[in-house]
Amino acid sequence: MTTRTMNMIQAINSAIDVSMDRDGQIVVLGEDVGFFGGVFKATEGLQAKYGKTRVFDTPITECGIIGVAVGMATYGLRPVPEIQFADYIYPALDQLVSEAARLRYRSAGEFTAPITVRTPFGGGIFGGQTHSQSPEGIFTHVAGLKTVIPSTPYDAKGLLIAAIEDNDPVIFFEPKRIYNGPFDGHHDRPVSPWSKYPESAVPEGYYRIELGQARTVREGNDVTILAYGTMVHVATGVIAATGIDAEIIDLRTLVPLDIEAIVTSVKKTGRCVVVHEATKTSGFGAELSALVQEHCFHSLEAPVERVTGWDTPYPHSLEWAYFPGPVRLTEALRRVMQD
Amino acid sequence: MVKRNLPPLTLHIPEPRFRPGDAVDFADFDMPVAGAVARPAIDTAPAAMRDMSYDMVRVLDDAGRAQGPWDPRLAPETLLRMLRHMALVRAYDERLYRAQRQGKTSFYMKCTGEEATSIAAAHALDYDDMCFPSYRQQGVLIAREWPLADMMNQVFSNKGDRLKGRQMPIMYSARGANFFSISGNLATQYPQAVGWAMASAARGDTRIAAAWCGEGSTAEGDFHSAMTFAAVYRAPVILNVINNQWAISSFAGFAGAEATTFAARAVGYGIAGLRVDGNDALAVYAATLWAADRARGNHGPTLIEHFTYRAEGHSTSDDPTKYRSAEERSKWPLGDPIARLKQHVIALGIWDEERHAAMDREVAELCKAAQRESEALGTLHDGLKQPFDSMFEDVFEEMPWHLREQSAQMHAERKAAGI
Repeated sequence: MTTRTMNMIQAINSAIDVSMDRDGQIVVLGEDVGFFGGVFKATEGLQAKYGKTRVFDTPITECGIIGVAVGMATYGLRPVPEIQFADYIYPALDQLVSEAARLRYRSAGEFTAPITVRTPFGGGIFGGQTHSQSPEGIFTHVAGLKTVIPSTPYDAKGLLIAAIEDNDPVIFFEPKRIYNGPFDGHHDRPVSPWSKYPESAVPEGYYRIELGQARTVREGNDVTILAYGTMVHVATGVIAATGIDAEIIDLRTLVPLDIEAIVTSVKKTGRCVVVHEATKTSGFGAELSALVQEHCFHSLEAPVERVTGWDTPYPHSLEWAYFPGPVRLTEALRRVMQD
Repeated sequence: MVKRNLPPLTLHIPEPRFRPGDAVDFADFDMPVAGAVARPAIDTAPAAMRDMSYDMVRVLDDAGRAQGPWDPRLAPETLLRMLRHMALVRAYDERLYRAQRQGKTSFYMKCTGEEATSIAAAHALDYDDMCFPSYRQQGVLIAREWPLADMMNQVFSNKGDRLKGRQMPIMYSARGANFFSISGNLATQYPQAVGWAMASAARGDTRIAAAWCGEGSTAEGDFHSAMTFAAVYRAPVILNVINNQWAISSFAGFAGAEATTFAARAVGYGIAGLRVDGNDALAVYAATLWAADRARGNHGPTLIEHFTYRAEGHSTSDDPTKYRSAEERSKWPLGDPIARLKQHVIALGIWDEERHAAMDREVAELCKAAQRESEALGTLHDGLKQPFDSMFEDVFEEMPWHLREQSAQMHAERKAAGI
């Protein structure tokens, strides 16, 4: 298949395009997604190509966007709603948690909600309180939802196609910090565009990356780093700089989780560091840490470390003290390796 | 507190007119005259219908005669079928209320006094129009002649419960009847109905959607979302508000009724709004048919406020004597929907007391027989009726590893405990 160099936005756009072309039931809706093509340009050109009844702008009401998407899914369509920022998904929580997630269960399969909610998330962009949050832990806690987070253009397209084709509701978090290029946490250095990296070679046509499968970013023997989204690149940068022989696992799907990949790696390395941008307490890292403890207790040579955002709202000016960047990850690795 | 030379502000807390023990007097109720409200063309602009939101469509007069332009002129057999369905849902409610008191189910909710708002509405819709009910529209299933025993199986969470005992009683789901899965979360079905209708329109289908919620639920944000989407996309949807005056213990004033009508909410959204006598089956039928024709003609959505009265407690967990006067029900100025339709068909000369009494006996027998059939598959009394594994099914299309693991763990723990 012909490949083209794409950044993550282009890969996401391509995933929707390819999916819409294959399946006439797919519709895209959200704030500014239609004529304008989205505030991040993820849906650019789609309305012109597929028409206004398949790609359309909505009123600014997140509970309405998701509620309407669930209703459209019930009719038989396959909606791909966008929530402009994950920080603004909360008005839709009732529709996601009480309705989309439970529809199949409560109706014993009579009705289902095969929707894919795309939403940009994560910090590192001076987004302050309401353009930086990482609320994935809220959704991984909800039975009936799948949660997917890509870290490269190649994965973004393959995972998004798989999410759209999935018959369960999927929350697809897009790390907006790495829309244009991977970010290793060194905010004082220029960021290279995706075109400089092999993961930007994206097939133009159809392919899937199955949900529930992690990717080993780097094989290593001394410690396992569990990461997703932007933090995959922070971890990669730290390992390149420190020379620690870490195995970096990009989880890609948080629910359902690739437990096998995690257990196999930690049993090999005996050490584990979990890293995410979201706040620490009750974050997804707590689940990962507990699973590693349950499954790998006898292989562990050190306590599982969590490198996360602090338990505060996301600050504006203090962003780089908040963001779990290279300094903090390096320290955590040093602690784990000392034990 | 800053003191200035100004009168102090006061906070208004709404209070219902009658509390327990109060004598009830509706003498000042401004009874709308049957037949007085004009019937606009189905393509009338919402702004031109403004006054209708504050008036009330009524067809049946005090003597049970059909009056005015909203008289749907139904065939005798349609009138009698509607009457029978209303009697049937009341009998069904009576039986299951008793079953709850006998401990055969954990919970039940009646729709007594509101039968017309679902039965007559369902009769005016096509069978393949999609209904998004709240928990008090069992009448839609009855009007669509869904098997009573199947409904009871759900209420009893027994072996025949298609929902596998997962849902509280009365949270039916019947795709075959185009009856959407009921949720405990209020008003969520409102934007869903709009979305379904939008999908139907986007696909060039001819089916429309109808949603129901109570007047209390109109205060939810989902109501606003649904109204906005319905108006923006001119969705082919009928949005029914059952104003039965009470949201559990809160009277309609807490949903805004002191200041306006619920039909008038439509005005601000640019949606056609109708306000009908919800205890007048002919008015409900006519208004629903008008709204359905409007939707089918691509003229957009309609909000219908059904003005009625919740004659019984909110649910089997509720005791209405603790917050409202027991006299309200008997003095309710719009009467009882079954009694009024009965009076109408008798006035037409197509019905009489004997046939009515015989019908009541017959529907009671139907319910009794259905209950026997359903109870043969168990009731809540008899313990758990669903296979344990079924608890983990249908969370996702395919069971992921963590649910398989938890299922196995449950079995292992029960085995270890000797149960």
